Amino acid sequence: MSDPALPSDRPAPVAPPATPLAQPRAVKFRGGGFAPRSRRWVGVAVFVALILFAEWGTRTGWISALTLPKPSDVFDTFRELYASGLLFKHLGLSLSRLLVGAAIGVSLGISVGVLIGLFSYIRSGLVPLVAAIFPIPKIALLPLFVIWFGIGEGSKYALIAFGTFTPTVVATYGAVDNVDRTLIRMGQSFGLSWWSIVRKIVLPGAMPGILSGLRISLAIAIILLVAAEMLGAEYGIGAYILEAGSLYDLERLFAGVVILSTLGVVVSAIIGLIERAVLSWRT
Amino acid sequence: MDIRLSGIGHAYDDFEVLSGIDLDIPSGQIVCVVGPSGCGKSTLLRFIGGLEKPTQGKVLQLGHPPPGCLNPLTYIFQDFALLPWRTVAGNVSLVLEDHGIRGSEARATISDVLARTKLTDFAQALPKQLSGGMKQRVAIARALAVRPAVMLMDEPLSALDAQTRELLMDDLIDLWTRQPFTAVYVTHNLTEAVRLGHRVVILSRRPGQIREVIEIEKPLCDRGFGDPDLDAAQRQLWQLMRDEARAADAELIGV
Repeated sequence: MSDPALPSDRPAPVAPPATPLAQPRAVKFRGGGFAPRSRRWVGVAVFVALILFAEWGTRTGWISALTLPKPSDVFDTFRELYASGLLFKHLGLSLSRLLVGAAIGVSLGISVGVLIGLFSYIRSGLVPLVAAIFPIPKIALLPLFVIWFGIGEGSKYALIAFGTFTPTVVATYGAVDNVDRTLIRMGQSFGLSWWSIVRKIVLPGAMPGILSGLRISLAIAIILLVAAEMLGAEYGIGAYILEAGSLYDLERLFAGVVILSTLGVVVSAIIGLIERAVLSWRT
Repeated sequence: MDIRLSGIGHAYDDFEVLSGIDLDIPSGQIVCVVGPSGCGKSTLLRFIGGLEKPTQGKVLQLGHPPPGCLNPLTYIFQDFALLPWRTVAGNVSLVLEDHGIRGSEARATISDVLARTKLTDFAQALPKQLSGGMKQRVAIARALAVRPAVMLMDEPLSALDAQTRELLMDDLIDLWTRQPFTAVYVTHNLTEAVRLGHRVVILSRRPGQIREVIEIEKPLCDRGFGDPDLDAAQRQLWQLMRDEARAADAELIGV
């Protein structure tokens, strides 16, 4: 079936030559990956491996006792602290400071963040102010807080509250900005009151962003807790660490650090639990 | 309650989107609004429901909404607009709570509207568990719960696949046949327009003006899939719209 219009010197189309490899082959898999999932015990294994490594290093003398205390000694110090009952005295005071300070800072932060997210004038007025106070190292203001709120618990609450306030504000108004506007229009179209729209649509919609902001602000709260307790506190984990540090008592220093790390892990786990309970509607 | 649009025109700065729209929406009828993309048909619907203000003209309510009507002008959105953190029943309850309807009265209303939209078994499901068609049925149930005088439907079936769309059109016809409602139905799908509309309003391209109003006499309950009369009406619509649609397609947007 030759086409007469085709020039005769042009070769007729031919099928590609049959490949010598006639055997069927499976198609090579090249997908997968790029989707990390949590493997439950790997995190624990990393901790255990690091501690065992430090123990082995200090026991063989490969790591000198001045560089790093023996993990088993740190554990013994910790046990003594527990046995003497001082652990709960330190921990109880620290936790109450953390709770009160963070509660003040976070609740003020969420309220201000929602207001910034909803009102043009408040947004224009406060966003620059928040940007101005965010980068101030709050620890530097501790003397000021001592003057304002006294050397007692007040200045410690204030420091932690102030430190958690700014990141919470920023996370909250970002989260409010990201609430689906069609849901708000829906609320208006059904005649919901302003307060109902805020309570039933804006706040739950902003909850994912607020909770991830909470992770950051609570970590900052723990850092500031220690800073606050380094000044004029008799008890508290910060005071404990400061005392150990000034005596170069590395075992006690590390025992304190371990308590702080544990506190961080626990706080993060609690937020994880809250997220799972409150945000189960997310896909 | 009837709705009258008189001399509606709208412009964003110098950019005119709608001009000189006069239209009556009599109660008990479904009025479909079709037009090329960007002709302002969704904007028109937002004017009718009071979510946006036109720069010219007025939207008037004639007469009073029927007694027991909680929200006279009620929307059904293209993207369903369900609260993902509330169950199906919770989403319906949301629009009753603000009218002070709680407890047993709310439960009765919720179970009634869920039964009418065949969702009774899914009352406790979350939106993420539902298919697109079911989500839109929840939105319809929510709209029915406030006993609207006029339903404002903004491309309600456009986010659904073709089969689901057929099913939902049948559901809407069922609902209307059992209890006629008034609706303004905005769509770009001519099949939906001829299937559901007592009248079809064709808008021109931007600035949107009413080009033609076509009455479809055949009763809603006699209309079905592949109906030759409807096909003829759809052909007629397409004849009227094709050039506009082509011109609209070739336009630059967001000048």
